[in-house]
Amino acid sequence: MDNALRLSAVDAQAAKLGLSPGMALADARAMIPALDVIAADEAADRKLLERIADWCERFSPLVALDAPHGLFFDVTGTPHLFGGERAMLETVRRAIANQGFSIRLALAGTGAAARALAAYADGTIVEPGCDAQSVAPLRVAGLMVDPAIVYGLHRAGLKTIGAVAARARHELASRFGGAFVTQLDRTLGREDEPISPRHPLPDCMTERRFAEPVVTDDVVADTIHALAESIAGLLEKRGEGARQLEAAFFRADGQMRRIAIAMARPTRDPAIAARLFHEKLDALANPLDPGFGFDLIRLSAITTEPLNPQATSFDSRENEKKEIDFLIDRLSARFGATRVLRFQPQDTHIPEAASVALPAQYSAPSKLTWTAMRAPAEAPRRPLRLFAKPEPIEVMAEIPDGPPLRFRWRRVLHAVSLAEGPERIAMEWWRMQDSMPTRDYFRIEDEQGRRFWLYRDGLYNRETSAPRWFMHGVFA
Amino acid sequence: MVETAFKLVALRAALDRPGEARATSLVPLGHGPADACLKGGLRQGALHEVYAAEASHEPAATGFALTLAARMAGKRRWLLWVRQDFAALEEGEPHGVGLAELGLDPAHVLMVHAANATDVLRATAEGLATASLGAVVVEPWGEPKLFDLVTSRRLTLAAARNNVTAILLRPGAEPWPSAAETRWLIRAARSQGGQEDWGQENWGTPVFDASLVRNRHGTTGQWVMEWNCDDRVYRPAAHPRVMAAAPADGSATARAAFGR
Repeated sequence: MDNALRLSAVDAQAAKLGLSPGMALADARAMIPALDVIAADEAADRKLLERIADWCERFSPLVALDAPHGLFFDVTGTPHLFGGERAMLETVRRAIANQGFSIRLALAGTGAAARALAAYADGTIVEPGCDAQSVAPLRVAGLMVDPAIVYGLHRAGLKTIGAVAARARHELASRFGGAFVTQLDRTLGREDEPISPRHPLPDCMTERRFAEPVVTDDVVADTIHALAESIAGLLEKRGEGARQLEAAFFRADGQMRRIAIAMARPTRDPAIAARLFHEKLDALANPLDPGFGFDLIRLSAITTEPLNPQATSFDSRENEKKEIDFLIDRLSARFGATRVLRFQPQDTHIPEAASVALPAQYSAPSKLTWTAMRAPAEAPRRPLRLFAKPEPIEVMAEIPDGPPLRFRWRRVLHAVSLAEGPERIAMEWWRMQDSMPTRDYFRIEDEQGRRFWLYRDGLYNRETSAPRWFMHGVFA
Repeated sequence: MVETAFKLVALRAALDRPGEARATSLVPLGHGPADACLKGGLRQGALHEVYAAEASHEPAATGFALTLAARMAGKRRWLLWVRQDFAALEEGEPHGVGLAELGLDPAHVLMVHAANATDVLRATAEGLATASLGAVVVEPWGEPKLFDLVTSRRLTLAAARNNVTAILLRPGAEPWPSAAETRWLIRAARSQGGQEDWGQENWGTPVFDASLVRNRHGTTGQWVMEWNCDDRVYRPAAHPRVMAAAPADGSATARAAFGR
């Protein structure tokens, strides 16, 4: 039974010829020798379902997958947008069918009830609280449980869901298990079943539908500005500003694209949002393709933070901060947040770890402050540029643990005219698994005034007998 | 009457050059002879170019460009450093502690890693449009075709619009005609420590051998300047020890010295 190749789906013509899913391929071939077979590709099916789900967010923001072939929509509060439940159902049916899919749908109080009705009573709309009556006449297969249980129910003479529901709970539980009873209650609408939407519900959202799909960039930009204005109104009522905004572009032909922007500080200025979207859209490696046009554009505030109304500040520091944050946002939108960086000090004496460059948009100003290592009037102690990977150099020194006399770096020979050091830096043994050799750093000036930061890896005679030298950075 | 006429002519000339219509101030470098040559200082809200005299003096050129930017920023605290990716590979990553040691405030330095020359220019344009920025350090790598006379003219205009100084650092490039206000050729110079107390020589603050090779409003010159990391100002080097003709690395003399 388990090793046989089986049909996982059949098309309408095959169904007419008597084939059905679950049938062994050998049997099907015996019936129809000219059978055309395509290997099932679950991953591709799943991807297709996800794309349909994305596009269906035009009907409701809460869409959940019901693999392998189903989708749940939580339509609470949305049918009136489509002119009522019946009209909404027909709109969905038409939209999906137009793309060449066959669809069965139903609207009920719980997901399980809707699933059973969609499978066996296409197009049903259940009045609130009437789930049990509606599903009662359906076959027990509508419970979507293990085929062995369905078989067992048939053996017991229970052909419809209504007949099963009439039995006492404890009988069913002892015969088929607790999970079956839960599933039954859900199908009957007695127990609520939360759906897990693919994307969390945004804090605020606004959208605009177009009777005639829009194609041009100008209209898209204007729409985003208008949507940003209306979302600003919503945010203002909540006393919040957006940190992340997402625009969803729904194409009439079933494609959907999301574009998100982030802000360094909560904002509800529509001009800023529109500008950032412009930067982002302009810099897309894979540009927004309107195809035959977008018929719905939605703007959602994904992340929001409290933002209290403020009078325009005359404090130049505040305005400076605002301007710089806007600059960071613009640059991040265009080049990506990881390319716009800000330095942060770290509490360590390991030179390469003492300063890190972090995305400016996400890094809050550090509590640590930059303190000069040098005494006043002293020369810089740390180089301006550090090499990510210290470069090995050839060094001639008078004595093995003394400063270098000459060194060769990048094939060029440098004669040392001034050397200051050693500055001994031990690695952090309390963090490292393997102990790293101690470094002796020298600040070097060559005969032309070029300045380098070299180190000898390992203490001579204690950690190593042939210490190696590295170029770690260059001074101004 | 004559004076008024002169003023009118000057104003008309300013109107003809709309980018430079806004009065921009001059920032003294602190180095007397250089400031005299610059007629008071370096112009804010203009484009200044910094080249290394030789490839091996690139770090000194970086140091000069950054210290210049810090100086030009004046009271505005923020600096934007736009850098092309390849520059970091070749020259090393900027180090926050090193910036702090030079007297800059790393907390107010914003860095952009641009993937190519076009992105460098885009980011620079954004920076020059932000009036709160003190200065923008632009660091493309090599000699992209994009950085031509027209581009330098555009940068000049953009810099003047918001009075944000643009400092163009050109690693791996040869000087090329441009609309820049000034052009500096930088090489490192021996540091000024020099006192031999206790038989040990001191390592002094950075010293730049700076040649002003282009100056739109004056003559050119060459000076040895020492950067004072505490006062953030250039000073004349006390005892300039510039080599008259420094032997290039790997030259016959250097090789002979090592070979012996």
